[in-house]
Amino acid sequence: MNNNRSYFLISCMVFGFAFLYVPILSLIIFSFNKSKLVTVWAGFSTKWYGALLQNEQILQAAWISLRIAFVNACFAVALGTLAGFVLARLGRFRGRTLFTGMVTAPLVMPEVITGLSLLLLFVAMQDLIGWPQGRGITTITIAHITFSMAYVAVIVQSRLSSVDESVEEAALDLGARPAKVFFVITLPIIAPALVSGWLLAFTMSLDDLVIASFVSGPGSSTLPMVVFSKVRLGVSPEINALASIIVLLVSMGVIAAGYLMHRQQKIRQRDIQFAIAANK
Amino acid sequence: MAQSTRATPAQEPWNDPHAQPYIRIENVTKKFGAFVAVNNVSLNIYQNEFFCLLGGSGCGKSTLLRMLAGFDSPTSGKIYIDGTDMEGTAPYDRPVNMMFQSYALFPHMTVESNIAFGLKQDRISKTQTTQRVQDILELVQLSPFAQRRPHQLSGGQRQRVALARALVKQPKLLLLDEPLAALDKKLREETQFELVNIQEQTGVTFMVVTHDQEEAMTLSSRIGVMNAGEIVQTGTPTEIYEYPGSRFVADFIGSVNIFEGRITEDEADHVRIDSEEAGCSLYIDHGVTTTSGAKVWFAVRPEKIAISRDKSDADENCTSGTVQEIAYMGDLSIYHVELESGKRVRVTMPNLVRGVSDAITWDEQVYLSWRPSSGVVLMA
Ligand SMILES: Nc1ncnc2c1ncn2[C@@H]1O[C@H](COP(=O)(O)OP(=O)(O)OP(=O)(O)O)[C@@H](O)[C@H]1O
Ligand SMILES: [Mg+2]
Repeated sequence: MNNNRSYFLISCMVFGFAFLYVPILSLIIFSFNKSKLVTVWAGFSTKWYGALLQNEQILQAAWISLRIAFVNACFAVALGTLAGFVLARLGRFRGRTLFTGMVTAPLVMPEVITGLSLLLLFVAMQDLIGWPQGRGITTITIAHITFSMAYVAVIVQSRLSSVDESVEEAALDLGARPAKVFFVITLPIIAPALVSGWLLAFTMSLDDLVIASFVSGPGSSTLPMVVFSKVRLGVSPEINALASIIVLLVSMGVIAAGYLMHRQQKIRQRDIQFAIAANK
Repeated sequence: MAQSTRATPAQEPWNDPHAQPYIRIENVTKKFGAFVAVNNVSLNIYQNEFFCLLGGSGCGKSTLLRMLAGFDSPTSGKIYIDGTDMEGTAPYDRPVNMMFQSYALFPHMTVESNIAFGLKQDRISKTQTTQRVQDILELVQLSPFAQRRPHQLSGGQRQRVALARALVKQPKLLLLDEPLAALDKKLREETQFELVNIQEQTGVTFMVVTHDQEEAMTLSSRIGVMNAGEIVQTGTPTEIYEYPGSRFVADFIGSVNIFEGRITEDEADHVRIDSEEAGCSLYIDHGVTTTSGAKVWFAVRPEKIAISRDKSDADENCTSGTVQEIAYMGDLSIYHVELESGKRVRVTMPNLVRGVSDAITWDEQVYLSWRPSSGVVLMA
């Protein structure tokens, strides 16, 4: 009985993992394929990686994407933190519900609508005040900030609501002004949330295809846009190579984060042991 | 036990109509929605006082302190500190430091920087800051832990950091929310002693919330007893203990026996009460202002009742019952005596000699008596 059940569980797990990872694995394997036909194995080769390094279009798109993602993440963290702080700390003020709704709306808004409305906004703004001139990297960045800021705000808010407010009150009580309390007490305490918010904003921006397609202009194709347009013309092994590199980078990031967290946990535990021992 | 700095009669500012209170709380009410956390509290606290707030959990003590520190504003009423109306004055502009019930230490700073934080805000020079932090660390016996973070400390150690952080700025008014609750007995007594020392040296006014009656009795110049958002009585420890104003206060501070009865004779210098519960007529040597026949309560403390096998010749203030339980506490013994009315009375007797062989034991018939000045009549 018990044995049956554990077989069942194991096969569920195997199936689940296969579902997630077989496509990625086949993608990596075929990136080393000699043949130009993606589905036919013709021997091992790394020539597509070489070709990728020669492909100006892809490299340029990747560079644009990274730049947008970086600027977006920084702005989203700054603005999202302020919004999250207001949501978590300012208690009940007039129009709080409206503000909450407006901050979190981009989370549930269909991307097509966000993209379209931003496009209309940019066009109208150009007519009225002459800025932004045409569509390009700037407009994509602004568009990305509007939705990734919402994610940061939610992360910061939930982190802040688990921080005892009296810690900030104690700082006020000891003579620090509110702005100083925010920078010296609140920000350092929620720093981990800011880091994860930044990373989330960064990846969301790298990931975005729909909104960027609406608000991009000539010469500002992001990596997802280039990949998507290439795939429509048939899957090329170059894309496989690119995807493999991305998978490699992501895995390294995850492993590094895991290692750091593990180490910190260990230090913390040692400290606690230390405290208990010294207290005896 | 720390020696109290209880004011001598000559320096009882609360009895001096010309004295200026340092804190004046006038009809302060605080509501959270429809819930009234602090209800119409008026209170004067004078310079150099050590004022203890006593009261059950949730009766509004912390809320009152938070309003003094400026984190909550009263729904109605006024708070004056040093003669200035505090309405609209931010916490960082008040001459007040508070120690939080939850300690509220800065988790990302070492013990040392936690304590130095307040001094830094005042732009005190570096050398002086270091010196003062070191001194206060010594005082709370945390010098070896100066470089630890709060999460590396035990509960009692954290409490001492919080206390040190509030003390180090030496403000005019210190609000301490249960400052010593997590400390062991020895450390608590030492810290009590230090608090009194600090007060003597610096003239700080203390307002302290505590659950520990003994602490309140030994430390405070006056005690305020709170119940359900109201201050039910303020007075010196002696006044609160010997002349409680209501059954709640009598019962809350120390233990007490309370008998219900009706007034039969009401004169300026004495009253007589007929109490079925006590099983005798009660004679008390202080007058009360009420009408004959009114329902009142008589309260007498366990240590003021004499227990004996022999009936005394008086027929007032004397009743009898059987011993139900005896608890030997070392310095004294506690007797639980059941009267004929079924009422249980608690009596304590000091153990004056060792191992008396014919001591009063279980199920014995005993007589209880007390003097006319031993108890008080309560109207509520
Ligand atoms: N922000 C708040 N919102 C709503 N109710 C509150 C708030 N703060 C306190 N209360 C309520 O007010 C009452 C008094 O709270 P307070 O913290 O002053 O109690 P306390 O006397 O300090 O109790 P304890 O001895 O347990 O610390 C409690 O019933 C509490 O639930
Ligand atoms: Mg409290």
